[in-house]
Parts: sequence; structure tokens; C-alpha cells
Amino acid sequence: MTTRYFGAPVRRNEDAKLLSGRALFVDDVELPGMLHAAFLRSNVAHARVRSIEVSAAMARPGVVAVYTAEDLGDYWRPGPLLVPPPPIAGITFNPRTQVPLAKDKIRHVGEPLAVVLAQSRYLAEDALADIVVELDPLPAVVDLEQALSESSATVHDDVSKNIAARVRQSRGDYGSARIRADHVIARRFLYDHGASSPIETRGVVANWDGRANQLTVWDTTQAPVFLRNGLAGMLGLSERQVRVIAPFVGGGFGPKIMLFYPEEVIIPWASMRHNRPIKWIEDRLEHFFATTQERGQTHDAEIALGADGRILGVKDVFLHDTGAYNPYGLTVPINSQCTLLGPYVIPNYDSTFTAVFTNKPIVTPYRGAGRQHGVFVIERLLDIAAEELKIDRAEIRRRNFIPPEAFPYNNEIIYQDFTALSYDSGNYEPILDKALELIGYKDFIANEQPRLRAEGRHVGIGIACYVEGTGIGPYEGAKVQVQANGKVNVATGIGTQGQGHFTVFAQIAADQLGVAVTDIDVVTGDTDQFYWGAGTFASRGAVVAGNAVNEAAKALRHKVLRLAAEHFECAEEDLEINEGGVSIVGIPGKTIKLGELALKANPMRGAVRPGTEPGLESTQYFGPPSGATASGVHAVIIAIDPDTFALEVLKYVVVHDCGTIINPLILAGQIHGGVAQGIGNAFYEQLVFDSDGQLLNASLADYLLPSALEVPRIEIAHTVTPSPLNPLGIKGAGEAGAIPVGPLFAQAIEDALGLPDRKIELLEIPLSPNRLFELTTRTL
Amino acid sequence: MADDFHDIAVIVNGKEYRRRVESRLLLSDFLRHDLLLAGTHVGCEHGVCGACTIILDDAAVRSCLTLAVQADGHSVMTVEGLADSPDEFHPLQHAMRECHGVQCGFCTPGILMSMKAFLNDVPSVDEARIREALSGNLCRCTGYQHIVDAVRMAVERMRSQAE
Repeated sequence: MTTRYFGAPVRRNEDAKLLSGRALFVDDVELPGMLHAAFLRSNVAHARVRSIEVSAAMARPGVVAVYTAEDLGDYWRPGPLLVPPPPIAGITFNPRTQVPLAKDKIRHVGEPLAVVLAQSRYLAEDALADIVVELDPLPAVVDLEQALSESSATVHDDVSKNIAARVRQSRGDYGSARIRADHVIARRFLYDHGASSPIETRGVVANWDGRANQLTVWDTTQAPVFLRNGLAGMLGLSERQVRVIAPFVGGGFGPKIMLFYPEEVIIPWASMRHNRPIKWIEDRLEHFFATTQERGQTHDAEIALGADGRILGVKDVFLHDTGAYNPYGLTVPINSQCTLLGPYVIPNYDSTFTAVFTNKPIVTPYRGAGRQHGVFVIERLLDIAAEELKIDRAEIRRRNFIPPEAFPYNNEIIYQDFTALSYDSGNYEPILDKALELIGYKDFIANEQPRLRAEGRHVGIGIACYVEGTGIGPYEGAKVQVQANGKVNVATGIGTQGQGHFTVFAQIAADQLGVAVTDIDVVTGDTDQFYWGAGTFASRGAVVAGNAVNEAAKALRHKVLRLAAEHFECAEEDLEINEGGVSIVGIPGKTIKLGELALKANPMRGAVRPGTEPGLESTQYFGPPSGATASGVHAVIIAIDPDTFALEVLKYVVVHDCGTIINPLILAGQIHGGVAQGIGNAFYEQLVFDSDGQLLNASLADYLLPSALEVPRIEIAHTVTPSPLNPLGIKGAGEAGAIPVGPLFAQAIEDALGLPDRKIELLEIPLSPNRLFELTTRTL
Repeated sequence: MADDFHDIAVIVNGKEYRRRVESRLLLSDFLRHDLLLAGTHVGCEHGVCGACTIILDDAAVRSCLTLAVQADGHSVMTVEGLADSPDEFHPLQHAMRECHGVQCGFCTPGILMSMKAFLNDVPSVDEARIREALSGNLCRCTGYQHIVDAVRMAVERMRSQAE
């Protein structure tokens, strides 16, 4: 098989639509007779609901209906637990899931209380002001440590001390490692992750067709198949009566995998009730409360080292803010717990976390999904150890790398996919070497930094390592089909939010079938086009669905060759596939087009032989036994103004190993975007809640997404260690850019400002000019 | 308020539309839902993200901060009117594809319109000026680098076309 496309920087199939305004996003769906919904949301974080009076809203012209929890009857029920707890001995887990409309109690600002359906969104929002709500406010649970005290209010009346979960995982014996250690370093770390803030907010359009008994839902979801299955169950329909379409989706980054959001429960139900299409589009203010986010963890961590800087063990006890509900189970804190181990040999590890309910929006995975928190802790511990032991920062990392001959490397704890945290493959030292070379590490420290310092400039260098668990199961599938016009259709169940699936899946199929990438039409996220699947999360689309496309295209290739051999009455070995057809090798003119073969595969007369199938198509599935572990090193040189703390990135390098590369251009885009989000998390973005659980900066003017002025040019290099867990050898890359930026910035800023000499450590993320001013002047 | 309507005439992408609109109707909603030109996207409705940027007469403006009635008697260009014909790309569109400046594509129409207006005013640009001009448009996917590359490529192409 030739690989004309696999590995090449192929330009994207989907761009023509996206660049000309012809791509369909959820808010672009316009249907005759459509009603528009607006939700009344709580403006306090914690309260009992005394009454909701909707009659004035109902009376407003243009309003068709107003519903509260009472109107939902038996349809009102808490959402499903999406991810049950992994099989870890001795865990505490108290699942409490979100409700469609608050009934008796409010648990976070923005929780919906009522929905208005009206002729336009303008009228629906007018009517929200007519609804009278009486609430009895309760003290808000905001601070994690206070939440765990006996005297705290409780988010859920039946969950004492707000403990959502407690999980301990360990390997080896940290206690005895600590006794043997030459150095023990203990610190408290705070890591706060923010809101994913895709530029497209969420939205739902539902259309019940009473004559066809068919519900169609357009939704910004990352998991259309699960949404269909769940809606069918809730609404008493069979799955075939529900079609969920995730059309073009304007960025996801994790929170759009969450289901069932209240609006996803209410809008389809209301559409069936009114036998009319209904649209709801989240506005940006709603997005800050109604879409899930990530937030803070507090880690009390300790590292035990030998005199040579080798890690003997790590102990970590941390608190995790899970918000008002925990429908996504333990995924985020488990990722923190597992990813802390990084690319290092940590023979003794003892990690315990407590997930805490608070009166804040729900926490579910956002790009990195807790990995950042763990990476921050281990990378900062190594920086502090390097300083204390007077070992170079790069060298202490090198000394602790898992050696290449140790793979597969079992960390002996359980990962988010319920399997052992085992790294399938990796080779870390070449990644570090390449990063040091590209950033000019030695020269910067020996020459550049002293020279610039002599000029009065505050410049610093940072280097951070990480691994990323990607491409987890259970499975995805794909159907590849040759059309009579010679074009090839590829359908898969996952949704797409900008990852380039229309192109990378086409590249994979194009090489198998000898057609041009532009002749392959990929469909994602339409449950009527492909029935089965799990969704787009955990950097798994390319790995799992990509391999399913490969398997289906391979099987189809065999079908094509078999049929062509029958047509030419020759052996399959004498045939070659290319240029959209099949030819007999060495005989010019003996060619049949794929489209002609497709017609022959569906004859009007004659008999289809037993054991064969009509049509030129194949459906195959792929499920990896466990996730493929990608890895990388980021390096940065920054300059910082010691008075204003304005930060400038002078050079940024990413060296990354995600196995075999399908499309280097698309991969670069994934990494650039991840780094941009990492920079936002490290220095610009913070969700600021007050002691009443009010979010104080719920606008894009106050919650600062990085612009083109804050994100530097990023230099990327790759090493390639193919994954043995899938035939294509690929590992996921979606989250890699975002994961190590926090510790990288902390380290480089410390270096630039000479903070180690002043005994000041940066043990928290996000930083900001204000926060740096506080941290560096307090101890002067 | 509900019966506060105005008759407006707006030229959009070279075609005149006459409509009766409520005075509070946003230009973004008018374009998207009344004229069914859904290529203009709405990301924040408070003038920060820039996704809804269109060209009003010669200036790039936020259509979410503009009322439809303000466009009365004016000329609007949206992403649907950027290329000379539906089968063609404007050099900016071409370069955005070549440089992989598009991921989810939601912010893309606003970026195209901002850059179109920018390049009308500034025929010669370096990276710093491009980044400054781009800073009014938020993109959450690309990290901007490939967009900057695309704008540079488009500038070159437009210059060689002009010559």
C-alpha cells in the first residue's frame, strides 16, 4: 500500500465550507414554526426554593408556555452518572447528579428554575423578568477546607461534610522510602483551571415530527450517540426514533462531552409536547454558569529524594472542587492523581484525594482534565529539589526518566479508563535533548542570561516534562462506502469540534482505496449516518476512530479487489488500486472505476452469492486494550517587567512524541491551540468567586482569554515512538499543548525575577501581574 | 416597545434588502435570522470576541453591538460576500486554508472580515501589526500562529495580484 497522504500536511477538506460561511452550526438551523426558549436561572448560589410564580410571564404576548420543575411530572429526575467510579479498593463515592430544573433547592448560581417558550428569543427573555421567585438563602459552600468542617452548610442535605469522594491509591511503601531519603521537600500547591470558553457556546434545537414519530435534535455535543440513547430512554422512545446531529461545533475542549445538560433534557421534551421545533442557544453570560468548567485543587505534597536527586517517593494529599454535582464521576481527580507520576520512575507513591461539593458550577473535564494539576505538583517539586540539591533543572529530570527499555511501564495504580496505569511506549531523553537544543538551554544560562541581566533585563528560562494518557477505549466504529459517482463516504459516530476529522480520516481511507483526499466525504456526529460510538474526549478521536476507519477501509479494499478480479477474470495479485479505479498491472487501458464497481456490487438481476454482501462498503470497529501514552517537553524563555510584571514570551519550544503522525499541519494546530489555552490558564484566566459563590468576572471583558498579542510563535519538533496498541501506531495529541504550561511559567518567572535567591517560590497557578506583585512584595 | 418597528433598507453583499424590524433587533440577529446569512457568528454578544465582525461601509464593526436600524441606508459585507463568486476564494480565504488557520471555524468569519478591513487600510504589514490587528478577535483553537501566517501569505498574494 502506498502512503501518499498519511503523514503529509494535507489541507483540510472542511475548510471550504467554514471559510465561506456555509458550514452548519446549531444556531444556523432554521425551521418553520420554531419557538425559542430562554431559561430563568438562579442569581444566588445556595437557597431553598419557596415559590415560583409564572402567571405574569404566561400572559405576556408572544409567550407560548412557561414550565417549572412541577410541570415536568415523572420526567423530572436527576441525570445519569456518566462515569462510575473505577474499581479501586476502599473508595468513598457519593454521586449526586444535576436536575433539569431546580425543584426544592438551588445549588449554584445559574442553576435553571424555569423555561419560557416564546415566538422569539427577545420575547422569551422579556418574559423571564415577569417570573417571581421566592428563595430562602442558605450560606454558600465555597472554600474547600471550610466545606469539610462540621460547621459547614451542606450542598446536598444527605452528604455530610460535603465529601463527594475520597480515593487513596498507592504503590510501594512511601513511609519507608521517606526514612531512607536524604532530602524530603514538602509544599502546599494550589492549581486552579478555568472555563474552556469555546467561541461557540452550547445550543440545542429539537424538532418532533408527530407524523413520522421521529425526534431530530441538533446539539453542540461531543457525544451524539450517548445523547441519542439517553434521550430515547428518558422520552420513552426507541433509539431509532431519535436522530442526534452534532453538526459543525465551534470548539468543545471537554465541557461539551457532558450530558445531560438541563437544556438537553427540556428542549426535546417541550418539542414533543408542542409538536413544534424549539431552539435554545446559550448566551455568553449563561455559559459561565450553565456549562461545566474546571477549577481548583489544593495539594499538600511531599517528595523524598536520594542525595543524587533520584526520586524515592512522593506523597500527595489533595482536595478537589467538584462543584454542585459530580455526574462525571472521578475522571478529573483520578487524572491528577495518575498524571502526577509523569515520565519519572517514582517507586513509592501514596496519593489520597477528597472531592468536595461546593455551591459552584459543575466540574467536568476541560482539555487536560486534571492532568495539569498533577503535572504542576511534580514539576514544581523537582524544581525546588533541583534548587536545594544544586542540580541543574534539566538534569534532575533526566536522572529520573523511565528508561526506554522499561516499557511497557506499569505504574501499578488504576487510570481513568479503569485499567492499570501502564505506559505502552516512550523514549523521553531524546525529547528533552531536542528541547534543550532548540531553546538553546546551555548558551542561554551561560551567556545570554548574564548578558541580558547586565543590561537590566529580567529574563528567565523554563523547562517542563509531561506525559499524556490518550486514546482510551472503549471503541469507535466507521463505515466506509464507495458511491456510484466514485466518491467515498466515511461515517463515524464521534462528533467533531475543529480537530480536522474530515481530513485525517479521509487521509487514512484515501491511502487504502487509492482515491484523492478531496474525493472522500467524511460524516461525523450524525447518529443516522453511524449508529454506534462513544464520543470525542480524552484525545481519542484520531487514535480510536482513526484506526476504525483504517480497518474499514482495509476490508473495503479487499472487497474492491475481489470484485475487480471477478470482473477482469484475473487474480487479485495482478491488480492495483489507484487514481479512483482498479487496473491490471502492466496492461494499459484495463481499468475499472470504483464507481462502476459499486454499481456492479448492487446488481438489478442475477444472484448475489451466499456469504457475500451487496454494495461496496465495510463497517469495522476498533477498541484499544488501554490508552496510548504520549509525552513531551516544553521550554520557554520569558522576559518580565519587575515593576509592572508584564510578561513577554521570547521563545517557546514544544518537542512532542505522539507516535506516528497523520498530518503534521493539523498536529501543529492542535499543539498551538493547546499552548494558547495553557498560557491563558497560567497567567490570564481565573474564575473569581466571592464568599457567596458569586462569579465576579463572568464576561469575556473580565475573564481574559489570550489574544494574538499574548500567544507567542511556537516552535515544534517531534520524536516518534509508535504505539504498539494500534495498527497505525498513533497516540492522541489534543491535550498535549495545554498540560505543562503552568509549571513552565512558574519556573521561568522565578528564574527571570531571581526569586530563588530571595527564597520566594511560586506554588500556585494562575499567576497574573497582580498576583506576582502580591507574592513578591509580601516577603520583601 | 414590542410595537416599535422601523422600515429599513440595507445593501448586503451588493443586494438590497427592505425589511420592517424592531428597533432593538441586533444587526447580527437581522443578518443571521432575518436574511438567513448565517455565516456571521455570534460568540459573546458583548463586543469582545469579534466573531460577529462585519464590514459596514468601509469599517469593520461588531454586528452584535450594532442595531439593524443603524444599518439603514448603509452597505454591509459579510463573509458570504467576501469572495467575488461562490466558486472562488478571496486571497485571505485561500491563505487561511493553505496555512491551516481554521480549526473549528466559528471565529473564522469575524477574523476574515477584520483582516479584510485591516488590509484595505494597511497595504504593507509585519507580524507585530498583524497581531495587533488580530487582537480584537478571539480564537480558542489555533493559538493564532497559523492565522498570522495566513494573513502574511494573503498580503503577498494581494500585492502580487495588484502588480
